Amino acid sequence: MDIDLITNILFAMVRTGTPLLLVALGELVCEKSGVLNLGQEGMMLMGAMAGFGVAFTTGNLWFGVAAGIFVGMLMSLLFGFLALNLNANQVASGLALTIFGAGLSAFMGSGFVGKPLSGMEAWVIPVLSDLPLIGKALFAQDPLVYLSFILFGAVFLVIYHSRPGLILKAVGESPESAVAVGLSVMRVRYLAVLFGGAMAGLAGAYLSLAYTPLWSDNMTAGRGWIALALVVFASWRVGRVLLGAYLFGAASIMHLVMQGLGVSVSSNLLATLPYLATILVLVLLSSNQARIKLFAPMSLGKPFHKTQ
Amino acid sequence: MSLSLQRRAQESRLMAYCSPLLALLLTLVTGALLFWVQGREPLQGLYTFFVLPVSDLYGLSELGVKAAPILLCATGLALCYRANVWNIGAEGQLLMGALIGSALALQWLGSESGWALPLVLVTGSLAGMAWAAIPAVLKNHFNTNEILTTIMLNYIALNLLLFAVHGPLKDPGGFNFPESALFSDSTLLPVLMEGYRLHLGALLALLAVVVAWVILSRTFVGFQIRVLGLDSSAAHYAGFREKKLVMMVLLFSGAMAGLAGVSEVTGPIGQLVPTVSPGYGYSAIIVAFLGRLHPVGIFLASLLMALVYMGSEMGQIEMGLPLALGGLFQGVLLFFLLACDFLILYRVRWVRAGRDAAASEA
Repeated sequence: MDIDLITNILFAMVRTGTPLLLVALGELVCEKSGVLNLGQEGMMLMGAMAGFGVAFTTGNLWFGVAAGIFVGMLMSLLFGFLALNLNANQVASGLALTIFGAGLSAFMGSGFVGKPLSGMEAWVIPVLSDLPLIGKALFAQDPLVYLSFILFGAVFLVIYHSRPGLILKAVGESPESAVAVGLSVMRVRYLAVLFGGAMAGLAGAYLSLAYTPLWSDNMTAGRGWIALALVVFASWRVGRVLLGAYLFGAASIMHLVMQGLGVSVSSNLLATLPYLATILVLVLLSSNQARIKLFAPMSLGKPFHKTQ
Repeated sequence: MSLSLQRRAQESRLMAYCSPLLALLLTLVTGALLFWVQGREPLQGLYTFFVLPVSDLYGLSELGVKAAPILLCATGLALCYRANVWNIGAEGQLLMGALIGSALALQWLGSESGWALPLVLVTGSLAGMAWAAIPAVLKNHFNTNEILTTIMLNYIALNLLLFAVHGPLKDPGGFNFPESALFSDSTLLPVLMEGYRLHLGALLALLAVVVAWVILSRTFVGFQIRVLGLDSSAAHYAGFREKKLVMMVLLFSGAMAGLAGVSEVTGPIGQLVPTVSPGYGYSAIIVAFLGRLHPVGIFLASLLMALVYMGSEMGQIEMGLPLALGGLFQGVLLFFLLACDFLILYRVRWVRAGRDAAASEA
């Protein structure tokens, strides 16, 4: 392989990993608060649809981005109402959110299928983007990729080096103790769920505005679910989410690598790779039960009744 | 006056039955609102969606055609959910049943053997079963989360199906369409009435429901499944072999979904196409919940879900509404169901402001 090919693969890997990174960061924060939201796929679809729809109608890509984030948050409120207010089963509520999001986005987006949109252009940073190998991957991307770098740094700092991060983790580990020291479990969990929704909506908007500027039904193709597996892969640690997202990005662009090597395999078979990789990763990471127990937030997925 | 919520001393059985009906009612009201927002006559919209599709005998037979695969998938899923095994993979198991069943059926294009059809059906069921065995083994031996593995397997199955219809199973004389050749009569399910598409698969589906009901309510295995779902530590202390039960419910569920898939290609479709399923495996999740994981409930819920599929087609033809309206209705229905289930555990009371404090002290 020549150096240009590797440069291009790294570039594509970051681009492809970005939506996964965004959703997984959101889900990580959500799970840190003790809430398991399986609705990422549905929120992403709504974000992608709303982002495309608004950008197409207004002609402004940034309005689309804002709409994606906003709609993702609205969707997460529905989940919050079911899972936090009504204490419904979190797994079922998340599934409901995904099924609802798939249906609603296909319904509302039916008028936008096949419509053209000139997507987000790259902001090529002079000098830095000329760095060998990594220059193109890190400094010749579209603005949402840079935003994902910033959000990654922000989540890292908040979780490991801030008071809100401590509160978040306290609520996820032991909501009873959090209440005892005067924290509002409900408020912290709602904020975490909202953040997860915003990130999923943003990830969806990235797909429909920058990655492949178009809208089609179910265009997220399971990325929301892969992000859930990523959080397990990362053992709930922020740095590993980044690593995992880009590794999955690499698994998704194997066709580029294959072409580079002159191998021809059916595109449908290659498309199974990210899903196979997800299963493989789950097998490798989950088989050690003690490890999962050690790192997963203690109250993950358990409803909390204030009166208890 | 204000609303007050009180936790019930025990779960309300009445509400467990009423909640699906209440959810359906709320979904219909939401649907009417949606038609109104779109500038359509709400009642006419509901009529087109829920009455018109089944207003003649052909419509009713089509209801059976659509309900059969959903019923099969949901029956299997209900058994899984009873055991607290979150199988989301009926869609993939259905597609694998269709794919492998078709691969075999295509070997018998010229055959007139009476064995061809039963063998194709069994092979399809076994394929679905094998596909469900993967998450079962991974859950039992590697502690993987079955929700995520079954979903990944859905996407993998879909891509394998696409690979097959674009490649090895493509009809050589099919003008390059991604479809298989049409199956010969020996591998087609017989129709129940001449001139209608309702086929033997519908009866198989009914049989499956009865079998599932007998297993669940009349056998020791069924008892073990229910205990495992209600309280896994109790099942553990009782000495039930948890892994074996997990494997059994997943295999049963996979076989049902596989049968649904192979019945579709040998039944109403008659060949392998990329759109074998419009999401039957996902709809079956809603059906399982809506039917309260009970065979009779699931039977009724699968008819409703089939009606939603037919209604969205009718809405598209008659009123020019997007086909996706059906998917939206399904999602809304599940949401309302989960919300209404709140009433099983809580009662809502109007409390007068002055007596509020006294009531909460009591």
